[in-house]
Amino acid sequence: MDKLKGKFSGWFVFGESAPENIGIYGPPNSGKTTLTNRIVKESTGLGGDEQDEEELEEEMGSASHIPHETRRADKKEDVTIEHDGEEVTLNVVDTPGVETQVDYEEFVEYDDFDGDEEDAIERSREATEGISEAMRWLRGDIDGVIYVLDSTKDPFTQLNTMVMGVIESEDVPAVVLANKVDEEDSNVERIRNAFPQYDVIPVSALHGENMEEMYKSISENFG
Amino acid sequence: MSEGNNKNNVQLEFVRSRRLEKMATAEKIRMILDSVKEEKIVILEDRMNPDEESKLIEATMKEINPDNFSGIEIESYKDEQKSSGLFDRFMSNDDPQMTIIGPSNQLNEVNQDEDIMTAMISNEEEQG
Repeated sequence: MDKLKGKFSGWFVFGESAPENIGIYGPPNSGKTTLTNRIVKESTGLGGDEQDEEELEEEMGSASHIPHETRRADKKEDVTIEHDGEEVTLNVVDTPGVETQVDYEEFVEYDDFDGDEEDAIERSREATEGISEAMRWLRGDIDGVIYVLDSTKDPFTQLNTMVMGVIESEDVPAVVLANKVDEEDSNVERIRNAFPQYDVIPVSALHGENMEEMYKSISENFG
Repeated sequence: MSEGNNKNNVQLEFVRSRRLEKMATAEKIRMILDSVKEEKIVILEDRMNPDEESKLIEATMKEINPDNFSGIEIESYKDEQKSSGLFDRFMSNDDPQMTIIGPSNQLNEVNQDEDIMTAMISNEEEQG
């Protein structure tokens, strides 16, 4: 915990009206769940020294590549960060990637998927419910948004436009993360051009790069 | 009224903005989904606002059926010259907007450059 205090010293200064539910939104496979897991793990004091980092990366990197791995909004309650003796508590809500289509046949095509057609249909049903739920949450139950984008992909998509439009219309504070900056095709500037009105923080949720700047931006925007 | 696509035809529905302006959100979404589920391609002479689009996605998710409907493909024409950033593109209403919506298994590869939007529409045979 001393290590955690030192790491986040001066960064988490939440006012009395700090948001309670922070939604992690973004396209599928942008790294939302990896980021959520890292935030939760780091809030418990892990990360920082070499051994912890290796264990974290191994755990973060084991995320499945099967479509719709996150199928329901997953709320991690009471994620507590201690700062200068004060505790800041958030509920972090990991959401499924927003899509306009879900086809159960996508699951059976993946080598990692070991279920049958019935399992695939059930999985797709859960995915549709999760996306529907995520859209409802965005319009009413979220106090802040961390929008996670894969920095190797074009951000100018219909869905990104729509989600950011809802965030603006709901007047919800948001931070944009340009994730996967460790990858060769990463283009952070393209994301900054797409979201000029937001803090765009380049990060690697997998390798823990630039997490400090992310936490600083979160405290400034959600505090 | 046409039943939608047969073996040789793809039906397009152009909906004028003056009609869209008179429709409530729920009515608009119902119209779109009913047409798309009949394997029609819907072209709106406007763009839905973010709230409407999010509700369209929510409604689409509830109607996805592994037997005959796996969702929609939706793309709006964007004026790239006059707007910068994603939010500006959404809010810019100075120029005509257009939105194409179709079944995800038929409307593929919607691309657009400065002045032209192209879409590939696959013509699948009706299931007997």
